[in-house]
Order: sequence, then structure tokens, then C-alpha cells
Amino acid sequence: MNACTGHVGLSPTSPRPSPPQGAERENRRRNGVPLRPSGGTGQGRWVAAAILMIVALCVAPARAADIQVVTSQGGVTAWLIEDHANPLITVDIAFRGGSVYDPGGREGVANMVSGLLDEGAGGLDSRTFQTRLEDLQIQLRFDAGRDDFDGSLRTLSKNRDVAFDLLRLALTAPRFDAEPVERIRGQILSGLLRSQDDPDTIANLAWYATMFPGHPYGRPSDGTVETVRAIEIADLKAHVARHLVRDDMIVSVVGDIDAATLAPLLDSTFGALPAGEPRPVPAADPFAGGMETVIERPVPQTVINFGLPGIQRDDPDWYAAYVMNYVLGGGGFTSRLTEEVREKRGLAYSVYSYLYPMDHAGLWVGGVSTQNARAGESVQVIRDELARLREDGVTADELANAKAYLNGSFPLNLTSSARIAGLLTAIQRNDLGLDYMDRRAGLIDSVTLDDVQRVAKRLIDPAKLLVIAVGRPVGLGG
Amino acid sequence: MPGIRCSLLPALSILVGLAAPAGAAVFEPTAFELDNGMQVVVVENHRAPVVIHTVWYRIGAADEPPGKSGIAHFLEHLMFKGTEDIAAGEFSRIVARNGGRDNAFTSYDYTGYIQTIARDNLELVMRMEADRMTNLRLAEPDVLTERDVILEERRQRTDNSPGAKLGEMVLATQYLAHPYRIPVIGWAHEIAELSREDALAFYKRFYAPNNAILVVVGDVTPEEVRGLAETYYGVHERNPDLKPRKRPQEPPQIAARRVTYHDSQVREPSWRRSYLAPSRASGETRHAVPLQVLSEILGGGSVSRLYQKLVVEERVASAAGSYYDAVALDLSTFTIYAAPVPGGGLAAVEEAVDLVLVNLLASGVTETELTRAKDGLMAAAVYARDDLNQAPRIIGNALTGGLTIADIEDWPDEVAAVTAADVLAAAKAVLDERRSVTAELLPEQEG
Repeated sequence: MNACTGHVGLSPTSPRPSPPQGAERENRRRNGVPLRPSGGTGQGRWVAAAILMIVALCVAPARAADIQVVTSQGGVTAWLIEDHANPLITVDIAFRGGSVYDPGGREGVANMVSGLLDEGAGGLDSRTFQTRLEDLQIQLRFDAGRDDFDGSLRTLSKNRDVAFDLLRLALTAPRFDAEPVERIRGQILSGLLRSQDDPDTIANLAWYATMFPGHPYGRPSDGTVETVRAIEIADLKAHVARHLVRDDMIVSVVGDIDAATLAPLLDSTFGALPAGEPRPVPAADPFAGGMETVIERPVPQTVINFGLPGIQRDDPDWYAAYVMNYVLGGGGFTSRLTEEVREKRGLAYSVYSYLYPMDHAGLWVGGVSTQNARAGESVQVIRDELARLREDGVTADELANAKAYLNGSFPLNLTSSARIAGLLTAIQRNDLGLDYMDRRAGLIDSVTLDDVQRVAKRLIDPAKLLVIAVGRPVGLGG
Repeated sequence: MPGIRCSLLPALSILVGLAAPAGAAVFEPTAFELDNGMQVVVVENHRAPVVIHTVWYRIGAADEPPGKSGIAHFLEHLMFKGTEDIAAGEFSRIVARNGGRDNAFTSYDYTGYIQTIARDNLELVMRMEADRMTNLRLAEPDVLTERDVILEERRQRTDNSPGAKLGEMVLATQYLAHPYRIPVIGWAHEIAELSREDALAFYKRFYAPNNAILVVVGDVTPEEVRGLAETYYGVHERNPDLKPRKRPQEPPQIAARRVTYHDSQVREPSWRRSYLAPSRASGETRHAVPLQVLSEILGGGSVSRLYQKLVVEERVASAAGSYYDAVALDLSTFTIYAAPVPGGGLAAVEEAVDLVLVNLLASGVTETELTRAKDGLMAAAVYARDDLNQAPRIIGNALTGGLTIADIEDWPDEVAAVTAADVLAAAKAVLDERRSVTAELLPEQEG
């Protein structure tokens, strides 16, 4: 009877989907009430997409020497960290290209594919496929974000070969039979309808729509009721054929398997995937006009999303921006925003910000929830903090504390196979190099007060702030 | 975690739980007790140079005085407001400066504090955690500001969410006498009246070494933990006035109850039914592990009976399943939930659930279902061992929920021993509609 709310599946720690640093790998998966207990689809996905970047910016674990680069005879490459402490294997797969490639009017294709790959493949219909997973306790999941399409496989070592074969089938021979397609479509529609009045969802959708007008980044990743209804099986098959391709694939493996065993499994599992070809995405130009919009809803607490154009992962200022954001709103209990909004004034339970580097744009994103009567006050406090940071940068103490945390907490993400695999994927995805874990501390330590000041001037301009508030706020939108 | 003084740890349900193949232990912990009665549990895991240091108090929302709902959780927040040695807010700053993360959480049966940090800093966090076990200092302005924070927390978790509001009403309906009827975070009107004196009185009464459990997991040996624990926790005096935890118990439920809630923020209805059920520590405890197996078979995944019948075959629901929390100091609940397909009604869903239950109670479960469910539960333990964060949660939850280390370690054997007859007996004992609460979440009525 730990359930205070009687719901299952609630995160025990944070009601907010955006931990400021650290590979909150599990959070990438699913939020909220499970529509389908294992895997599946749901309303949480869109929010979950915003979490991708956390993996991208953190970086944690082991010594670089522990990473083995395994390349199969057929030319499939995976990064591997062996760990034989438990009889388990974890595989992380990431394909470049998620909902950003959904056809216009068919938004939600990538998301729907992610819910259907394990619903029948090859000679196995949905029920047979699912039963085989459950009988062998194999966990197979897929997720679509904006820029990525991810998969994860967890299995007991004794079921290794069957597990890799089910992964192969899911990726290379999904059936898309009518029954599961309609069932999963129904679940997605149900989730979309259920979230239509959820203030967090409303704020999130409106914020991205305003930030990226006319660009795929501005569209809802899960689609809308209308577009999900319009998706045809041919759209799902087309997504698989075009985007689940070897040239865009990253594989990370952690656990009870060695390189010699893994190499042939890479060929048998991924060898049949097509090579792939380039697919352009229009350059994204985040909105920088400054705007405060209120969406009226009869709720006691106003949910506020705010943010600015940010910075991409390969920007030379990345580490300065990362340190800056830690001080501003990334540092949990220790951040300036938490201190001013929560600790001094009691305006909110949670206030946070994070950098969200996407493939074609960068963002700086934040959120806060405050009772309607004081919502305007919360936003003003945040604006004041942005102005102060832009004007004065951070103090030497703050800089030192930020570096101490960002470097000292590095090993904390080495505490599960899933976190380690997520880290390997993030390093590969961002081309950070095999030696990244050795270089990371130096990159952070080299950030100076001047660097932070410069990047604050470059990025943090309160006049450009985009604020979307959902509720009945006092003092906003006027 | 973004500024979250977390709280309200919800269902760790499946966790104790989690176990390993029959015959195998789960975490192989080392347990001992300090002279002052503080219990200590250590699980070695040398995968990363990291330790997780947790202290669990055997005190939760179900132990609060009448009219003071939310005080356990409020005190949890206030524990970050300083001691003679540590200024308000400094606790988390010191942890962060040393590369660690910290948080805390409150549930019905426990209040817990956690730090995850490099192994070399174990002594630092233990010293600070031991310090605030007895040396809390609260300034009035800090208390009032933090009360505003938890009221915002309540709005965020509950008042902005129709489902959470209904959840409160369901528990208040399910439990007539037992304090599980009161939300962990507290009723808003009672939170608004909580004072510094209330918090300190609660603190003095319940925070003591003989009411606490230290669980340390990670790159450390039991000998190291013992030495440090004796140095820092061992110096505290036991509280001789601690009483056994006796909460008002439920009278027999003899009539089905129904809660219906309409909310303007609901577009699609949903349905669930909960039954008062034994836990591993309370009531007919022999049914607890079979109920865990039952929950897997009935509603644990996409090949479960509820999902297959309601979602795949009848197509009346887009989601259906069940959950059961085996760990609770007092009576728990077994819950079945379903969400109708878009445009569908609750009557069809309820009818379909009832058919599944009638069939279950008439024919029991098959050997195939039994094997799959048991294998799944036991595999969950292996997966749990892979994640450093699982052991402290599972152990702390169990020990504050009336269980012992042996109960955790023997759990795989208990699962392995469950028969189809055990599952049927548990189902018959629990799934009696007269002992249920059926909840309906509905859009606002027209007119």
C-alpha cells in the first residue's frame, strides 16, 4: 500500500519529465498510466521525446578502455561493455530519424510503428510473438522521438539467441496485420483523447507548435486524432523501409556477452536491413520573437512552459552552456531558479530548465507550475533571473560547484545496464569518440567565467522568451 | 531530478517482489543491529564506484495524528531546513558539490531519505544524515514557505488531475477506519493548518535510531558500513517511548461500494475496481504471493486474460489490466482497471471484466499461465539486481512494511511453490464484489 494515488506506473521520484542532467534512461520509456502494460503506445510518448536530449547531454560511465568496438564480418558495428555479474544482456538500438519524417497529414507514423514492431513479425502473429516474449521474459520495446527511433532489448543470457532473433524479426519483417494495427491505433487515439485536457500536454504541444511554425519539430510526435485516423498500413511499411536502415543505426550492448559471440549475432540480426539513403530535413529556425500566451483551462494550478532558441551539441560553446544551465535551472535543488522560485517564495514544487540539442536546431527549455493567483509572479521571478544571468554571468563559487557536480556525478549513471547502454548510444549518436569519457572532465573543467558570461549573453535573452501558460493565471498574457 | 523533494512513493508493488530463480537468494544482504536498536542492511555491488545511502523511518502517513494529515510528508520536506551545523538548504548543496544526488520520499508506511554518491563520500552523507536524525532546527519563515511548496505539490499531483482526485475518493471509500483512507500528501485544508510545532512534535516522537533502518548498497563492504554507522548513528540515544505501530483496523466490508466522478477536464471515461486484500504482513497472508501470481495472469501484460479478452477479442477497451501491492503493513488492495475504446461506455467494460472474473473463479488458471507468471516474477529479480537503485527501495519498503530480510530472500522460493489451487483460493478469497469499490471517471454531465 505504497500507492498514495492508487495508480501504477507513476514515477516515484519526479513528477517532471526533465531531469537536468544524468541519463534518466528509464524516463525515456513511458510516462503515466500504462495503456498497455508491456511496451505499447501512449500519451506519454510526446513528453518522453523531450527527454532524449538528457541522454545526449549527460555522459557518464565507465572507463573508455572498457568499451569494445565490435564489427561483424558483414560490417555491422556495435559498442560493447562486457559485464558478467548478472546473467543479463541489454541491447540499445537507435536509428536516426523519428517523427520528423512523418508525412504531412499522417503525423504519428513513427510513433505508431514503434507500437507495432512487436505486434507480429515474420511467421509469428501478434499473440504468438507477444507470448514468446513473455514466456522467455524478454523485454523488447521501441520508441519514436523527433529525431530518433529507438529500440531496446533485455534478456536473460540463456535466451540470448531467441531474443536476438525476435529483434531481427521485429526490425526486418514486421507484419502490420489488420488486428494489431487497429488495436494500437485505438490505443493511440484513446491516449490522444485522454490527454486533450491535460494541462501539461496542452502546454507542451502549444509551445513546440509556436517554436517551430511550419517545421516538423512543431508537430505533435504522436500525431493528432485526425492524422492518426488517416494513417494507412502502407505508411507504416514505408517508414520501416526508409528509416530502419543500417547507415543510420547505432547499436550498444552491455552485459553477459563477449565480442566473439556478439559479432555473428550482429550479422544475423541486422544484416538484412537495407543500407539507406540520405533524407533531407528542412533547417529549423526556432521562434525568437518573445511571446506570452495563455490557454484558458479550469484548473487550480497554471502549467507554464518557457524557453528560448538554444544550442546544438556540436557547438563550440556547448560545455559553457551546459555549465551555465546547471547553475540556472539544471541543478535540481541547488539551481538559481529553484532557490528563487521555490525555496525563497514557495511559488512552485518544481522549476527547471535544460538544454535540448536536436539534429536541426537547439533549444533551451524550462517549466514551472504555480497556483493561478501567483503564476504571473513566478514568471516575473524567472525573467529577473534570466536578466541577472545575462548581465552578470555566474560567480566563481557557482562555477566551481557546477564543475564539481558535473564531474563528480559522472559515475552515478553507471549503475544499471540500461543506463550504460544509453550512454554508449549517446556518445555514438553525437560522434563524441571512444575517448570521450576520458576527455569529458577536461572539457568541463576548461569552462571559464568569461565563457559562461559570453554564452549567457548569446543565449539568455528574456525579451525573446516564449511562455505558454495553461490554466487561469493572474498576471500573464496581458 | 528537477527540484523535486519527492514524496509519495507510489506502488513499488511488484517490487517485493522481485526475485530470482527458485533456490537463489535475491540480494544476499548483510544485516545487523546497532546497540541503540538501529537496523542496518548492506548489499555489496561493486559494478561502479558508487554507493546509495538510505535511511528509512518506520513512520508514514498512516501514523499521523487525526487532523494532521500530511505531517509526515511535510516533515520530510522540512528535514532539509537545517541543523546546528548545516544551514537551511545546505544539505543538498553539499551533496551536489561532492558529486552526489539526494532526495526523500513519504508513503503510508515509511519516510525515506536517499543520497547517491561516489563511494569515497559515504562518510560525508552518513554524518549529515545522522546529524539531522536528532538535531533538526526549524525557522518559522522556512516552515511557512515550505508549506506553500507542498500545497503547490498537491495541486500539481492531485488537484490538476481528475484521475488523481478520484483516486483519493476511492481510497477514502475503500477504507472506512484505517488511515490508508487519507491521502499521503494530506487534505489541502489540513495541510494549510500544519505548523512548525506539529512538525517538531512528530519529529521528536518518531525520529530515533530504534525507529530507523539504514540500507546501504553499492561499492562498499559491510565492515566499512558497520564502522561508520557505529560512529555516526551509534551515538544517538534510543527513544524508549516508541509504541508498536497499531492503526485502526478495517471492519468487515459486506456491501459493494461505488464512486462516480464527473469532471470537466475528462473527455474519455475510465473504470477500475479495487478489492480489500491481504498483504504479506496483514490479513490472510498466505494469499499474498498467490495474489501476485494471479495479478500477472489476470492483468500483468499483453497476453494476460484481461488484455486479451477486453482489448484484443471483445475490443471494448483500449487498456485493461490489474495490479496488486503485496507489501503493506496493513490490508492492501487488488485492483483491476480498464479504459474503454474511444466512444465506448463503461457498462460494456464492466460487463466484460465480470465475465473474465466469473470464468476465473469457476475454472481457475492453467498450468501454462501459472508457469509463465511465476517465471516472469522470478526473472524480475534478476533484472532488479542489475540496477543499483532497486535494492534499497525493495529492502526499505519491505522492512517498513512488516517484513524481514528472510521474507525478501525467500520470495523466489515462495513464488516457485505457488500452485494453481493456491491462485484459485486467493482469487476466491479476494475477488468478492461485496468487498470492492468500483470507480467511474466520467466527463461532465450535460446540462
